[in-house]
Amino acid sequence: MQQIRNGFIANLPVAASVGAYGSVLGVLAAQKGIGWLTLLIMNLTVFAGSAQFVMVDMWIAPLPVLEMTIAVLIINLRYLLIGASLQPVFSGAPLSHKFTFMHLVADENWAVTMAALRNGGATIGFLFGGGLCVISAWCFGTMFGHRIGALVQNPEALALDFAFIAVFTALTVSLWRGREDLLPWIGAAVIAVAAEKLIPGKWYILLGGLGGALIAAVRRPVKKEEQDAAV
Amino acid sequence: MQPFDYRIVAAIAGAALVTYGLRVGGLLLSEKLPKTGAFRRFMDALPGTILLSLVAPGIVAAGVWGTVAAVCTAICTWRTRNVFLAMLVGMGIVLVERHLVG
Repeated sequence: MQQIRNGFIANLPVAASVGAYGSVLGVLAAQKGIGWLTLLIMNLTVFAGSAQFVMVDMWIAPLPVLEMTIAVLIINLRYLLIGASLQPVFSGAPLSHKFTFMHLVADENWAVTMAALRNGGATIGFLFGGGLCVISAWCFGTMFGHRIGALVQNPEALALDFAFIAVFTALTVSLWRGREDLLPWIGAAVIAVAAEKLIPGKWYILLGGLGGALIAAVRRPVKKEEQDAAV
Repeated sequence: MQPFDYRIVAAIAGAALVTYGLRVGGLLLSEKLPKTGAFRRFMDALPGTILLSLVAPGIVAAGVWGTVAAVCTAICTWRTRNVFLAMLVGMGIVLVERHLVG
């Protein structure tokens, strides 16, 4: 219980920004005519910010269900790595705990938990408390934005149509790891822009993402990793 | 209320299952996922390249001012590490351009 509390409190600062950009998603969802209950259910079951932004972006009737699911799969592939990195936190825990507590893992409380892990203070309770904090902020933010969004008559005049691009530009930059990313990122951008023009649908996300990452894979490993591999 | 649409249920259920599967799958496969080598470099690079691929065509389509706004958003994120503030900067530039220039 104490651990859940600690995790909740440790995540309050990031929860503020989660709530803030959640409110943007709420506004965009209201503009697309998505009901508040639908949005709330999406928050609680999917609980993945960037994927939800993409779903709302693709939300044009009739919903392209298969394309949406594939887009979510591609964008959330990183959760495979996030899940794997939490292995030290869950070591020795029963399978039921793994199945229960992994749902409330988002980028934000994951990052806070990994920082706590380096200081030896990460437990499942801490992770879960952080998850409760982040999902609360996410729900409050999106619901607040949804109320406001229903009142906005002319979204273009408020540059709301640019919000999606702005959010993802910022999220992308926050993932920059250093010069090793330069070639893969150039490759990804070129492939994505070309594919978007040539191929209908959202396949450019997959092609650009995989193409760029492939450049990273075939390049000579950086020195540090060579040492690690040699051990 | 909007009329019931099974596609909405399918879209949300699909997204939820896929996301949950990746979260739990990563934890359960943690022993088996390679920690070094080409596959690891591929997986490590993937989050950045995917988000960039997602947004790059949109930036190009947003024209000169959209590109300027995106670049300023990127610089602001780089400097402040504050995603929300950076977003406001980008939207602000587009907003000003539409009311004054456009």
